[in-house]
Amino acid sequence: MAGPLLSLAGVHTHIGRYHILQGVDLAVEDGGVTVLLGRNGAGKTTTLRTVMGLWKPSAGSVVFAGRPIGGAPTPDIARAGIAYVPESMGIFADLTVEENMVLAARDGPPDAGRLDWIFSVFPALRTFWHHRAGVLSGGQKQMLSIARAVIEPRRLILVDEPTKGIAPAIIESMIRAFLELKATGTTILLVEQNVRFAGAVGDRVAVMDDGRVVHTGSMRELVADAALQARLLGLSLEASH
Amino acid sequence: MSLLSGDLPRSRILSLLLLAVLVGLAFAPFLFGGAQPINTAAKVCVFILLVASYDLLIGYSGIVSFAHTMFFGIGGYGVGLALYYGTATWPVALGGLAAALVTGVLLAFAIGLFSLRVRALFYAMITLAVASAFAVLASQLSAFTGGEDGRSFRVPDALRPGTKFLDAPLFGVDVNGRLLAYYIVFLTVLALFLLLLRIVNSPFGRVLQAIRENEFRAEALGYRVVRYRVAANCIAAALAVVAGGLNALWLRYTGPDTTLSFTIMMDILLMVVIGGMGTLYGSVLGATLFVVAQNYLQKLMGSAAQALEATPLLARLVDPDRWLLWLGVLFVLSVYFFPTGIVGRLRSGRQAR
Repeated sequence: MAGPLLSLAGVHTHIGRYHILQGVDLAVEDGGVTVLLGRNGAGKTTTLRTVMGLWKPSAGSVVFAGRPIGGAPTPDIARAGIAYVPESMGIFADLTVEENMVLAARDGPPDAGRLDWIFSVFPALRTFWHHRAGVLSGGQKQMLSIARAVIEPRRLILVDEPTKGIAPAIIESMIRAFLELKATGTTILLVEQNVRFAGAVGDRVAVMDDGRVVHTGSMRELVADAALQARLLGLSLEASH
Repeated sequence: MSLLSGDLPRSRILSLLLLAVLVGLAFAPFLFGGAQPINTAAKVCVFILLVASYDLLIGYSGIVSFAHTMFFGIGGYGVGLALYYGTATWPVALGGLAAALVTGVLLAFAIGLFSLRVRALFYAMITLAVASAFAVLASQLSAFTGGEDGRSFRVPDALRPGTKFLDAPLFGVDVNGRLLAYYIVFLTVLALFLLLLRIVNSPFGRVLQAIRENEFRAEALGYRVVRYRVAANCIAAALAVVAGGLNALWLRYTGPDTTLSFTIMMDILLMVVIGGMGTLYGSVLGATLFVVAQNYLQKLMGSAAQALEATPLLARLVDPDRWLLWLGVLFVLSVYFFPTGIVGRLRSGRQAR
């Protein structure tokens, strides 16, 4: 396919009287993991929410797979093939793990083969299959939230800080899940502060500051260039490790 | 299992209580003699349907509406006025019910479409306003509706007390039109309750629960929230209309006090809360407990007051005239000790073990 899978051009988003996104230009190539970096308040989460239609852009265009989706209703965007894993995880606590997954599969029961794959990556979900999702631990909830996004093949997955407050042991299995997911050809746009995680799964990187994208390039380049890190992020990937 | 749509009571005490209610209602005319028990049983049936349909809104979908009695009233007036102005035949009664169903569902659709986009509190206010307007309309159009007095009407022949189906009483009970009327109420409610159980345990019901928990997540998964809410609104309204129709048919009367009054709305709310929100079994227990208490607490207190005649202060406290006070105390206590309702309490007790 010609052109990027998702492209944002000059996107502005206001939340109330705050002008959060101030002309975001971002192209997410088909396949691979694009990591969105930047300090707190730079507009990373707002970018994801704007793509998902949870905030409406006040100017600019959002194009997904050649189709403009800026300002479209969220359910339409979801059905166009974008899944969203918010930072809050947003699991349905009163429903069982199974019911959460069935809802995410939307039409009919989840595909058995895909479910087996999910269980192999996140075994806890099999253990708690018939339990209320509310009783899961934080890490398990995060697994459920990610599993929900990948229960059906989606073209693009937006993931907001999946490692926040998660135990290191679980981060390892998440890295594995993301690498396997990447191997299936799914495109991922990831907001991440955990540099080790970002470095392990990311192919490309976009750095945001003050509501704009200020740098794009390959992840490898950024990891190798300490001066660039210091300039863009005010930190060293090595030091924070 | 499949009759209950896989949604089992999941607690032994709860199963026993539900079974007791089912058996009690199924054989009420034979178990208890006299008019009051059978009237109470019919009212319990009607309120089980009314409260269960309200729970679809408040418990499963998280929609707070104060217009549920309006739909109850539409059902009551639909059947009542059709029989009052028309001939006392089945086609007229069913025609009245059908007209009420169409009116109720259209109204629910319109209210839902125009106002389910707003916040929960505003939605509640809008439904309150519409319901009040409807109640005022029903009492002001007195030439048509009978105003505050309502309308008494003739029911089809088969439902009249004078109609005898058997010459001899069966197990000491006259097999007459009233008995048939009771079983029409009971079986309709039973069938619709099972249907409702199926609805809340269907994929559609799961989406409603998901929306209740996290509207934005449900949207991000690809579900159009407003569409589901409007559908829930229409289903709940339709069932309330049927409940109203059955109520009118049983009472052979329709009027503001038996259908539209805000007191009934409060009663429904209390029944849902006492039984347990978000579980249809809760509406069965809530409605049964409430209606029975309403009808028998006064009597119970009357005999207690007689027994305590010698002790002046206590006798005054349990004076039958004060039954509402004690009903209130019972509610406060039940909400205090069972914040998740009776069903919630019974089910969590099972999990704790």
